[in-house]
Parts: sequence; C-alpha cells; structure tokens
Amino acid sequence: MKCTRCKAPAEVELRQHNSGFCRSCFIFYFQRQVERAIAKEHMFATDEPVLVAVSGGKDSLALWDVLITLGYQTSGLHLSLGIGAYSDVSTAKTVAFAEARGLPLIVVPLAEEGLAVPEIASLTRRPACSACGTMKRHYFDQLAIDRGFPVVATGHNLDDEAARLLGNVLHWQMEHLARQRPVLEPTHERFVRKVKPLFRTSEYETAVYSFFRGIDYIVDECPNAAGASQLLYKDMLNRLEAASPGSKLTFVQEFLHKARPALTPATASAPQTCEGCGMPTYGTLCGFCRLVRETESRRERRLARVSPP
Amino acid sequence: MHITILPQRKNVEIAGRKRAADVLRQLGFLPGTAMVIRGDELVTEGSMLEADDVVEIRSVISGGVR
Repeated sequence: MKCTRCKAPAEVELRQHNSGFCRSCFIFYFQRQVERAIAKEHMFATDEPVLVAVSGGKDSLALWDVLITLGYQTSGLHLSLGIGAYSDVSTAKTVAFAEARGLPLIVVPLAEEGLAVPEIASLTRRPACSACGTMKRHYFDQLAIDRGFPVVATGHNLDDEAARLLGNVLHWQMEHLARQRPVLEPTHERFVRKVKPLFRTSEYETAVYSFFRGIDYIVDECPNAAGASQLLYKDMLNRLEAASPGSKLTFVQEFLHKARPALTPATASAPQTCEGCGMPTYGTLCGFCRLVRETESRRERRLARVSPP
Repeated sequence: MHITILPQRKNVEIAGRKRAADVLRQLGFLPGTAMVIRGDELVTEGSMLEADDVVEIRSVISGGVR
C-alpha cells in the first residue's frame, strides 16, 4: 500500500477515508484534522490560554502534543484519581510528558485530599465512574476559573462521541442529546467553555499518532472500566465499522449536522451558588460538595464503628 | 511468530507466515481496534508477518462510564 499524499510505502491504513499514509504524512494529516476541527467549530483562538485535561492516556497526550505543535498556549491539568498502581503510572507518564517538553502542569492528588475515587465509591456505594465524573466536572471548571483559563480541552475522540451518541439514542436521552456537541459554551460565569478537538479522529488514529510521535502513554485500561456500557457500545460500533467503514464518522457528523440543531436544551432557572465551594448549583450544595460531605460522614461513621469511644 | 498482546501482557505463538489482518482476526480483534507493531514500525493490516517476526499487538480501545 502506498501513501495517499507522497506515494511512499504506507505505514497506516485508514479504511474510513479509503487512504493510507507514511509516518510523516500521517502526522501532518492528523494535526491538520485537529487544526480544522478547532477552526471550524470556533473552539478557541491562538491568543486564548487553554487548559488541557490530561489523563496520561493516548488521547489526551496526543491532543496536548498537537496543540503545542500548532502553537497554542496550553497548560495541563491532571487529576490523580487514587486508583492504585493505575493512577500512579498515569500520573508518572503525564508528569514525564510535561517535564520533557517544559510544559506547565497542574496535578491534583485526590488521594491526598481524602477523595480517592475507589474510597468514595466504596463509602457512598456509587459506581466508581460516577464518582470519577463528578470529580472531573468540578475540578475542570473550578481550576480553570481560578487560574484564568476560559476554555478546557479534553481528549474525547470519535469513538467516545459515537459510543456516547449511541447510548443517548438507545435511551432517548433528549436533554443529553441536545448538549452533545464538540463545543459546550458556559451557562454560568463560574463555568468555562469545554471543547473536544479530537471529535473527528478515531481512537485508532490517536493511538497511531501517539506511537509515531513517541509519546509514552499508559496502555493499561482503568480497572473500573471492565463491564462499562461505553465499551459495549464501542464494540457494537466497531462491528458496524468493520462491515461498513466510515459508519462511526457518518453517525456523529450527520447527528451534529442534521439532528442536533433540531434539539433544544431545556431552559432551567438561573443556578444558585453552592454553599460549600461557590460553584453553580440548583440546590444548596453542588453534586461535588454533596459527594464530599457524604464521603466524610460515612468515613467518620465507619471509623466510629471500628474504634468506639 | 511471537506475539505480545497489550494491555493484557499475554504472549502467543502463531506458526507460519500470515497477513496481519488474518493474525488479528485469529486473535479476536476487529479491524481498526489494535495496532500491529513490529520493532519500531507500524504494520498495515494488509502486510505480511513472517514466521520469525516478533510482534506487539496493542489494543486502542479505552473508556469507562457505566
């Protein structure tokens, strides 16, 4: 197989685009895809500081690599989730990536704050993914606001978006469908813009980009991901893609182009201010503060049972 | 050929010369869900793998959310 651009031997085949690329042409192609997504969706301008949420995985590190190559002003934000050796390795790889390139990185060690995801999940009996999502949503907004970043970029790729879309369609989650887009504008002054510059590039493409660029990412999967519904949806979509290349891209693009504009997010009353952290909420406390207080309360009760006065 | 599958760190031996796509299919991978790496090069699914090759097959699928 020959490279579609330069006719050198191809190292990667992209069936959804009916094309192949050599290493240097693939890197050029991938960076152009991201650059176009940022420009077409008006994600951010070159003079806007971007906070990149980095997990240590292939997608977020590939995203950060592309953004610095394209000349954007970026800082990294890493939540060390406290999921044992998996989090230790994820944090080490993220820190090594930033240090090797001289990039600013904010690391939030949740375990040191008593908020390790497995402990929260165990104490509150919530799914680990739910606790993890609450942590991420809170810290992404709060740290971006506190440090002066108008925008947070995440490494969600085409497969993530297609799986999420399939899940939302299967359950006809109209409110979620109305909010599924590559750019989410803030609805409150304490929220920031959220963008997904990799929404058109597949998981395979981000992995190949990371490999070609020599990015040392964590290959291991989060131990909490086993049995996750998102993985089931991805498997179904990959079977469809194998039979009909391009299906995932068409599914997401056509939804964004044709269906989503017809959906209107429900108008909610203006949020109040959380008594715990000052972030927006529709109750007295935001979801994050409710989770933290429930965790602390259950931890105290557990300690009292173990060591009675 | 000697194959290491990541992230499971599972080692597999497959006899003979085979197309990368056939090896992936034999090991239960759908097209586009794993990289086939030989040394420091990526191998397209249409390429041939030799009997004495040492190959890494690295899954690209990630994700949680229950």
